Amino acid sequence: MGLLTLSSPHTHGPNSTSKVMATVILATLPGLAVITALFGWGTFINVLLASATAVASEAAILSIRKRPLAFFLKDNTALLTGVLIGLALPPFAPFWITLVATAFAIVFAKQLYGGMGNNPFNPAMVGYALVLVSFPVQMTTSWALSTQMSGQATLGFADTLQVIFAGSASLADGFSGATPLDAYKHLIAKGTADSVLAEATFNGWLNGGWEWVNLAFLAGGLVLIWRRIISWHIPLAMLVSLSLCSLMLGWDEDMYTPLSLHLLSGATMLGAFFIATDPVSASTTPRGKLIYGAGIGILLYVIRTWGAYPDAVAFAVLLMNFAAPFIDAYTQPRTYGHAKAKRGLPPKQR
Amino acid sequence: MTNLIRLHNFDGGIHPAENKAQSTATPIQQASLPAELVLPLHQHIGAAAKPLVKAGDQVLKGQLIAAADGFVSVPLHAPTSGTVAAVEPRAVPHASGLQEDCIVIIPDGAERWTEHQSLYQQLGLEHLSDISPRQLTEHIRQCGIAGMGGAGFPTAVKLSTGQREIHTLILNGAECEPYITADDMLMRERAAEVIQGAQILLHIVGAKGCMIGVEDNKPQAIAALNSALVELGEEHHIDVVTIPTKYPSGGEKQLIKILTGEEVPAGGIPANLGLVCQNVGTAAAIYRAVAFGEPLISRITTLTGDAMQQPGNWEVLIGTPVSHLLQLAGYQPQQRERVIMGGPMMGFALPGLDLPITKTSNCLLAPTEKELPPNDIAMACIRCGMCADACPADLLPQQLYWFSKSQEFDKAEQHNIFDCIECGACSYVCPSHIPLVQYYRYAKGAIREERAAQAKAERARQRFEERLARQEREVAEKEAKRKARAEAAAKAQAAKPAVAADSAAASNSAAATNTADGNAELEKLQKQFDAAQSALAKTKEKLEAARADESMADKVPLFESALNKTQDKIKDLAKQLAAAKKAAKAAPAAATTDTDKGDPNSPERLKRKWETAQARLDTALKRLAEAKEQGLDTVDALQTGVDKQQERVNEAKAAYDASVADGAAAGATVGGSAAPQATGAQTADNNAADQAANIEALNKKILAQQDRVAKMQERLDMAKAEGLDTVDALTLGVQKQQDKLLQLQQELAALAPAGTTSNEAS
Repeated sequence: MGLLTLSSPHTHGPNSTSKVMATVILATLPGLAVITALFGWGTFINVLLASATAVASEAAILSIRKRPLAFFLKDNTALLTGVLIGLALPPFAPFWITLVATAFAIVFAKQLYGGMGNNPFNPAMVGYALVLVSFPVQMTTSWALSTQMSGQATLGFADTLQVIFAGSASLADGFSGATPLDAYKHLIAKGTADSVLAEATFNGWLNGGWEWVNLAFLAGGLVLIWRRIISWHIPLAMLVSLSLCSLMLGWDEDMYTPLSLHLLSGATMLGAFFIATDPVSASTTPRGKLIYGAGIGILLYVIRTWGAYPDAVAFAVLLMNFAAPFIDAYTQPRTYGHAKAKRGLPPKQR
Repeated sequence: MTNLIRLHNFDGGIHPAENKAQSTATPIQQASLPAELVLPLHQHIGAAAKPLVKAGDQVLKGQLIAAADGFVSVPLHAPTSGTVAAVEPRAVPHASGLQEDCIVIIPDGAERWTEHQSLYQQLGLEHLSDISPRQLTEHIRQCGIAGMGGAGFPTAVKLSTGQREIHTLILNGAECEPYITADDMLMRERAAEVIQGAQILLHIVGAKGCMIGVEDNKPQAIAALNSALVELGEEHHIDVVTIPTKYPSGGEKQLIKILTGEEVPAGGIPANLGLVCQNVGTAAAIYRAVAFGEPLISRITTLTGDAMQQPGNWEVLIGTPVSHLLQLAGYQPQQRERVIMGGPMMGFALPGLDLPITKTSNCLLAPTEKELPPNDIAMACIRCGMCADACPADLLPQQLYWFSKSQEFDKAEQHNIFDCIECGACSYVCPSHIPLVQYYRYAKGAIREERAAQAKAERARQRFEERLARQEREVAEKEAKRKARAEAAAKAQAAKPAVAADSAAASNSAAATNTADGNAELEKLQKQFDAAQSALAKTKEKLEAARADESMADKVPLFESALNKTQDKIKDLAKQLAAAKKAAKAAPAAATTDTDKGDPNSPERLKRKWETAQARLDTALKRLAEAKEQGLDTVDALQTGVDKQQERVNEAKAAYDASVADGAAAGATVGGSAAPQATGAQTADNNAADQAANIEALNKKILAQQDRVAKMQERLDMAKAEGLDTVDALTLGVQKQQDKLLQLQQELAALAPAGTTSNEAS
């Protein structure tokens, strides 16, 4: 008779990994648009370059592993990694930095662990951390200045291409500079908060256009939560713990970066909604997610304030990636019908 | 009553497309009779029913054809009248595809009912409240009612709540699974039966109130139930509760959480919370059983799916083949055929279309490929956690998946894998299309196998240890027995009378043990004797020399005394040598007689006695003859001696013959011959028989001895009177005879210490 005897369930929801990843990529577009509008074409070019590199490296590794390319590439995870790296890197970073970061992320931090779903660390942040540590000069001096900060329009598209690919860093001279976070940290050592904030970069509590970028990413993140792609636990925990640390430890604006700068500058929102929530490397239990997010917030504040780097999302996330499995083991939810949740690993038998 | 009941919610759940409209367009139809009805004996949880009919029997509709086997079991009834074609293994609707015993009935089309009447008529009662819950439960059991929601748990068992207090009855009308509308149509068309069933159940479990949970996608059913409640007229405690549509709110545990806010404890049953949960279909069946005496022989089944031209609900007889029903609904086989028994979330795909409908088959779903595409190829898990969000049991399906895949079953158990109800919500939402439920089924099966293997190994170990203990015990017991026997034997040996016997035994045993030593002794003495002889010779020479030589005159007395000493020594040695020779001679004889122990009156010993007596008689006769020739005075004494010896010989012979005869008689019990037996192997019976014989023989001997003593005494007196020389000899003789008599009497006493018949005269 030849009846199909598959096991239940026989129906499936409309969800799929490629759809999830595509939705995340779409949610970054508002932020990308704002960056491009305020800071020039650098990030846009980087995103395209990184995406292409990511897909190409993944295809190369898959063919070495003798896997079907179309099936694995269509899940959009490589594309998403590329997009995130492109968004994270400085706009005027030379092309080879983007290449190295993305290729390393895909090949070493993802495929060599077994491909999608098997990587213990966030691939995008592994690539970013690699280039940050290996090429500190380029990574700290390639940041773009917004119109507000520099007083002139941003660099043209062709010129930006030249800067990135031809290495004509001189073209970007008037257009690049330190990020507000970085600037504040150095300036506050010499002057008071008021004097710092009066500068063109800040213009009061605003931070040179970075706040719009972060708000755009916040909007995209809220869309993701609404679409139930990510849960609210990690972003909320991260932002709350960051805020609490800033309020409790750095309330003195004359000595420490103020809260508004922490929340709305740098890669905070991008990190909270798009990077820390990477499901593969994050904690999975609801309570575990809260602890994971809180840990990232605390580490972020610590490294930003007392560490050598102006922005530390990558390191904070990578450090908490180490702890995720342990957090998972101890934050099992209480199952229906049980009095208490079970904690920890099962006792060894034999 | 209005819904003043506060609703709760359970975590998780999904909202799949309902697809219920297709099968609710038409009312319930009656399915036609098929050509053959196949009734599995095991359509429920518990033991399979035992068939009461055989091939060729005629059965009536509703007749009992299989009896329940034990408490957790359900009887089976014929769905229609006809002939039993066979009781044989047939394919049954189960995921395993295995065959089970079924009763096959060929309907005759007449639909003749067996005798049946309502329970009220049976008991002669009018009101439900008059019938005891036990009687109702028994009646439900006899009518073969099992849970009709899908699990098939024997209803009578569920209603036997025992000591537990039940405060609320819950009727499950949620029917959360897509496509299935059987309960919906039942509630729409037969709401009154459902309500009456609820009343009966309330009375059985003694609950204070009833809640009928119905999802809000069934407004007509809710309306029908409510109007049935109104029509009831009397006061009732039944609430129709509308619950939000969510899959799987029809799961017993989830429904209880929604309606009461409480959770059924893990590993427990709702009765632990004072609740009893029944399907609305079961309630209606209970009503029909009590009110009309109808056993469970039919049910409402939804036939739906795009592959069916006329989807809808049918009332089908249990045992109707699926193929027959598919025909009724206008089934169009697809290129890749798939017919699912149950819903799309928890139903199982049938391996064939000849399978029968059972008491728990609520739906037949025949989808097209477009409608329910076969599962996509699974991708890797991205650990998104959507499965945990959907799980109604608050599990971590993602972790369970990883552990099942890597076969870390202890971690899976720690994550409560056995609390999974296999609803499929997790796999429904998984973006990577991973077949999660199948992993859990595999892991559960593997864990169960492991547990069974461990239990088996544990039992084997226990058996082994017990066996070792038993062997040790047996060895210890044997040891104890052996010791006891040895002690008893030693005691028996020690209790033997007569110093002579003792000394004889002692000397015999000593001689026996010293036989070897005796020989050595003999040699030593012989050597000493020879040495002494040579020393004597030397001393004599020296004495002669000393006498001859006057210079050594003063040494002569010395030599003489030395000579005397040596002569004495030689005499002693000669005596010792003679004694040793005698002992050595006696020892072998004693040794042989010693091995012949146990019974001094054994035929062998007696025979030897007789022979020695005979030998002595011959020597005595010879001496007599010589004396007569030579005309000696000793002729008379010798004559008496010969007479005596003759008597002794006769005695010995008689004793020997008697013992042989007894041995033959006793030997019958052993089946042995009259031949000399190995005394060591005599049984207690033999011993007793021999003992009796010995006692008799001894008695005879004693009599004879007494005669002899008397005779000898006479002769002595005569001799004394005549002053003959033989007085001394005769006195000695009398003494000897009296000693012998004493000895015999002592022997008798030893053998019969209780003082048996003794002819003991003085």
